[in-house]
Amino acid sequence: MSAVLAPAAMPGDEERSEGVWHAAWRRFRTDRVGVVSAAIVLAFLLLILAAWSGLVAQHWQDEVGVANAPPTFLGPRPPEAIGAIEVPTGPNVDLSDVDPLAPRYKEWDELAAKLKTTETVKAETLPLGADRLGRDVLSKAIKGTEISVFVGVLASLLATGIGTVLGAFSGFFGRRVGDLLEWLYNVFESIPGILLIFAFAAVFGRGILTVVLILGLTGWTGLYRQVRSEFLKHGAREYVRAAEAIGASTWSRMFKHILPNISHVILVRMSLLVVGFIKAEVILSYLGLGVGVEDVSWGTMLAEAQSELILGYWWQLAAATLFMAVFVTAFSLLADAVRDALDPKLRGLE
Amino acid sequence: MAAYLLRRLWQMVPTIFGVVLLVFFLFKYFGGDPAEILGGLNATPEQIAAIRQQLGLDQPVWVQLGIYLKSVVTFDWGKSWATNEAVSHLFATRLPNTLTVMLPILVLEAIVALPIAMWVAYRRGSLADRTIMVISTVALSISFLVYVIVGQYVFGFLLGWFPVQGWSDSVWTNLVTYAPLPVLLAVTVSLAPYTRLYRTFFLDELGHDYVRTARAKGLTENTIMFKHVLRNAMIPILTNVGLALPSVFVGSFLIEVFFSIPGLGREVLLAVNRSDYPVIQAIAVYLAVLTMLINLLVDVMFKLVDPRVVLK
Repeated sequence: MSAVLAPAAMPGDEERSEGVWHAAWRRFRTDRVGVVSAAIVLAFLLLILAAWSGLVAQHWQDEVGVANAPPTFLGPRPPEAIGAIEVPTGPNVDLSDVDPLAPRYKEWDELAAKLKTTETVKAETLPLGADRLGRDVLSKAIKGTEISVFVGVLASLLATGIGTVLGAFSGFFGRRVGDLLEWLYNVFESIPGILLIFAFAAVFGRGILTVVLILGLTGWTGLYRQVRSEFLKHGAREYVRAAEAIGASTWSRMFKHILPNISHVILVRMSLLVVGFIKAEVILSYLGLGVGVEDVSWGTMLAEAQSELILGYWWQLAAATLFMAVFVTAFSLLADAVRDALDPKLRGLE
Repeated sequence: MAAYLLRRLWQMVPTIFGVVLLVFFLFKYFGGDPAEILGGLNATPEQIAAIRQQLGLDQPVWVQLGIYLKSVVTFDWGKSWATNEAVSHLFATRLPNTLTVMLPILVLEAIVALPIAMWVAYRRGSLADRTIMVISTVALSISFLVYVIVGQYVFGFLLGWFPVQGWSDSVWTNLVTYAPLPVLLAVTVSLAPYTRLYRTFFLDELGHDYVRTARAKGLTENTIMFKHVLRNAMIPILTNVGLALPSVFVGSFLIEVFFSIPGLGREVLLAVNRSDYPVIQAIAVYLAVLTMLINLLVDVMFKLVDPRVVLK
């Protein structure tokens, strides 16, 4: 608190105590691991923005290399010695005197002259190699990052929205509303999570937005519970009763007075949800219940990599694993750091 | 105790009813038309109408709900749409396979993670502690898929220690031949999160006054750790194992799919891919009931194990 009271820090503002966000930022800055992981996550977000706007990895579906081209640092694959029949040299044998189609030769030559074929040179090696269809693994990994992170973030926003609203109503009103919502919570909690996801997947079908919907609709329970307990606690506090006394509406008390005071709890929960949803998306996509065939995500890359690995083409597996491991590790550490900064009482427990 | 049991069982009724409603309306209003799924692509309108009548789909919603509730209560789910196998038979034949793999995993996870967590917690803040925590953070961030793909490749394909996948009719053959690789991989993967979790339990206990008292009266560190701390830390650890128990019945569908083990998890996935609604609905409802019963059983067992626990 001394930093705030010092006249240099905030002149003329001595009356106010330090805000929760300001204090959190001050604690966060001193956390080296947190700052580094924040930088990594930020770099990933810039990459995703670039991929989304089409600056990079726009042509990830193009066949730019030979099939299963190895990464550049390995060098091109040696040509395979498979005793093929030698290509004959010299001019073609003239068949025009026996060929019944001979009168049309000229017509065909004219048609052929109208067409122009360009032979694209396919790369022997690519930065991170190519997949079975000669697509650049690096572009795929970047595009896959965009989709996987997009799904994780959007689904967690949806789950947070549902959990916050239901938790707020349940905790603030209690009684009938609370009982009803608690019942709903118990119903969702009693079905094993993965089974619930499967049941939703069975009826909703496939696609990126479907995955977001499935994960969001099934993953809100933990957050609901926490928001509810916070609302129960805050609903009886003096500042809320004071707000009621000066005539603040129910809506205003719930979302203008209480919500900002518990927003740090929600933020921490949400960042944990992102990590969980990214992992879930990868597994769903691997099983063919996730993103469609025309999209790429870390999960579909891993699904392709499984059969490639047997043939010795390990680079797609390595690329997808590396991108995912770096992002998820950085994001988890960032979430831990944010939690420590916002809720110093929890520091060091884990 | 009897009153407690009765009350808990009574409280389950609305929840089970909710689960049934959720599953019913989810498939009723968001799923495809069962008659069209059953009839196939070449069905004539007459055939579809006949199927609708047979399933009661031409009745009002509340009658359909009644038919559905009756099937829940009488355990008569009819037959799978895809294979014509009775759903009850499906349960009876798939569940043992799931348990053959999942029970060893559940037991081994706890047994292996416990000593590591205890040691790490005891040497809190040391290099070993921090190294293990960093490793487990990174290990957690890699998808389970990667471990299975690489594990199958290395142990099954390159080294040839285990069959890559397979299953037989004999429980013993399954246990010694086909189960070891999935069990090994699953335990390895869950080691990191379990170590982290158990470590916090041990740290929690180590901070208590009784540990300081024990040290002050001159007990050896071994006695303190094994006789005092371990016993108290076992309470949250056992709770946690109890919470994980219902998942044993769902089975790790990923493991079952990868190793082609004909268990319940794989059956659910197959049913999802075939739009085989009776199977999904039945498994969802019964597993929910099973989960609730196991949770009750765990609570009761705590009372028997630890006299300090008060059931309310």
